[in-house]
Amino acid sequence: MKGFFQYTKQAMLVTCTMFVLCGLIYPFAVTAVAKMVFNKQANGSLIEVDGQIVGSEKIGQRFNAPEYLWGRVSAVNYNTYTKEDIVADVNGKTAYSGVSSGSFNYAPSNPELLTRIETDIESFLKANPDVKREQIPADLLTASGSGLDPHISVEAARIQMNRISQASGIPLDKVDAIVKANTEDRVFGVFGEDNVNVLGTNLAIYEIMNEK
Amino acid sequence: MWQIALVIGIYLPIVIVAGHYLYHVTMQQKTWIDPVMNRIDHVIYNVCGIKQGNMTGKQYLLALILSNAIMVFIGYIILRIQSALFLNPNDVGNMEATLSFNTIISFMTNTNLQHYSGESGLTYLGQMLVITFMMFTSAATGYAACMAFCRRLVANTDTLGNFFVDFVRVTTRVLIPISFIVALFLVSQGSPQTFHANETIQTIEGNMQDIALGPVASLESIKHVGTNGGGFNGANSSTPFENPTVITNIVEMLSMMLLPGASVVTFGLMVVNRRKKALFGKQGFVIFAAMSILFLIGLTTCYLAERAGNPIIDELGITQDLGSMEGKEMRFGVPQSALFTVVTTAFTTGTVNNMHDTLTPIGGIVPLFNMMLNVVFGGKGVGLMNMMMYVMLTIFIACLMIGRSPQFLGKKIEEKEMKLIALCILIHPAIILGFSALAASTVAGVQGITNPGSHGLSQVLYEYASSSANNGSGFEGLSDNSTFWNVTTGLAMFFGRYLSIIIQLAIASLLAKKVWHSESVGTLKTDNAMFTFLLVSIVLMIGALTFLPALALGPITEHLQIRS
Repeated sequence: MKGFFQYTKQAMLVTCTMFVLCGLIYPFAVTAVAKMVFNKQANGSLIEVDGQIVGSEKIGQRFNAPEYLWGRVSAVNYNTYTKEDIVADVNGKTAYSGVSSGSFNYAPSNPELLTRIETDIESFLKANPDVKREQIPADLLTASGSGLDPHISVEAARIQMNRISQASGIPLDKVDAIVKANTEDRVFGVFGEDNVNVLGTNLAIYEIMNEK
Repeated sequence: MWQIALVIGIYLPIVIVAGHYLYHVTMQQKTWIDPVMNRIDHVIYNVCGIKQGNMTGKQYLLALILSNAIMVFIGYIILRIQSALFLNPNDVGNMEATLSFNTIISFMTNTNLQHYSGESGLTYLGQMLVITFMMFTSAATGYAACMAFCRRLVANTDTLGNFFVDFVRVTTRVLIPISFIVALFLVSQGSPQTFHANETIQTIEGNMQDIALGPVASLESIKHVGTNGGGFNGANSSTPFENPTVITNIVEMLSMMLLPGASVVTFGLMVVNRRKKALFGKQGFVIFAAMSILFLIGLTTCYLAERAGNPIIDELGITQDLGSMEGKEMRFGVPQSALFTVVTTAFTTGTVNNMHDTLTPIGGIVPLFNMMLNVVFGGKGVGLMNMMMYVMLTIFIACLMIGRSPQFLGKKIEEKEMKLIALCILIHPAIILGFSALAASTVAGVQGITNPGSHGLSQVLYEYASSSANNGSGFEGLSDNSTFWNVTTGLAMFFGRYLSIIIQLAIASLLAKKVWHSESVGTLKTDNAMFTFLLVSIVLMIGALTFLPALALGPITEHLQIRS
């Protein structure tokens, strides 16, 4: 019995010490060093245009306008919303329910997956009349895991270039150059996939359009 | 393919180095970090009144369970009152009772199954003081248990080692330093580490976007180093802030592979200890090789299945050159996602960089089966203990076949040990299949299922396999934040963790007290290729015998459906 009380006391004290060490000192120390050395990244790699924050380098955004590059399907709509989306309807529900992340979690056999992709194919073909069905790479019409994926494949960007050029009035070769500038190759030529940063591309398009 | 081989190539040398370091820490031998760490440790020992005396197996267990119980108690209270405490810039509310129960058991048992979503469910203080704290302590607990187990296998006495000393040493000398370095690396790649509230920004299209921030990197590093797996955000390591680049993806995988693999090396060194200096130790290498074979079988299967893509998407007429991309991130692609999936379930971390619910049926069998076996490296420390159960079972079966008396490391394996080993091996499938049957036969259970057909059963099986194996990943479609799911998975995690540890330490204590017999010509050799082969066969055979019927009704049926 004496052992029991002794261990309880030690266990309590160890718990409290670890609360302070692992729960407070450790995260505060990481924060202090991180802010000193990598201040921009520690604050979320935010991008400023004309003094306004317009996004984060790491987080994707929803784009609907034809002059911009469109990203992957997102179950959480990239946490992007309009003013109307946060107004409650008659049931007190809002279209945007707060910041989150995730996927639709449709199993490969789920018929809803089929319906969703088929609908998206049709609307994509309507918006890009010169693209053939078999040219569409699957990454563009499948949902990302996080719903915040900032990238699409190079092929998915290429098939959108005609539409972007027509809608924005930027010549096709210039659009091509912008996409190339925002393409990230495989790291060391091996790891990951070649991909295009959607927000980076669109910011470049935005700047050119605003110059005009 | 090459990128997968390269990652494994980087892993092998560092796991050996880490194994040697871990051996020195565990056996209290000199390391270069001692001058600093000895002082810190002594301050902690003094503050906590730790006497550093040797404990018997029973005392060790008592100390382990008491300290875990106290941590659960305090952690639960913090979750229930978090909104009133400081560091809550995003105005998050308190956590509901059954959800708090589930969360606290989940993190204390190193499972990290999450029925909440981090962005909306926890304050920054909750993320640090409960989640980050428990990620350290649960990993340290598992590791301490494993080392107590291994020490007893090679000792002649049951009175050795002190739980509190092991616990403190592994935290200060292994977990904190590695986590600190990994956290800073993650920040450099783009993981946020801040106490600022979430940002609401205006996009160039004129819409608004919320960007969730927080002290992400400090949680992210221990999440992998401690094989925990509970993410800061709902979508875990698939979110760009938790896993910003393909390089962080590799670092995160290596962090979770590091210590479970190193534990095996440490065990190997303990066995050879008295004889000579060694790089790996033959006995340790045999176990490492068996685990690696199981790992590579799973990896190949998962990669090929994901690479092949979803035939239903092919039928729609679009191009699926990259493989099955539903639920995956573009910056990782299929190879890095498949590797991550297999690593996180083999090393029972439970972090995900793609949504496992959306894996192809055969791709999904691999993580499921990894957790059902629960011996392919396994979580920090406890995976090795589970494998040792199979090692002894293999010895027993092999010796029966050749008519020798079973003996492991000079200790005879007798009736009492065998009964406990059998019990220990049976608990895991009993929990998974028992609870799955319960869920499939009750309304409350079925309500959680979100995918139709056989995949629904896969969701249920996956949830309990993940709970019982203390993994924590999920077929996340399952709407599991209900009283039924919170309570049943909470119990599955609890029994899966503590019953196993109790039985395994009891077996080690029994063996420690036995007389040591020297090896003779008649002794079954347990450190050669033949034994590796036997061990892999026994693990696969028992796994298949127990789980094949359930797998046939779930993923295998789904596979046949979409391929027909």
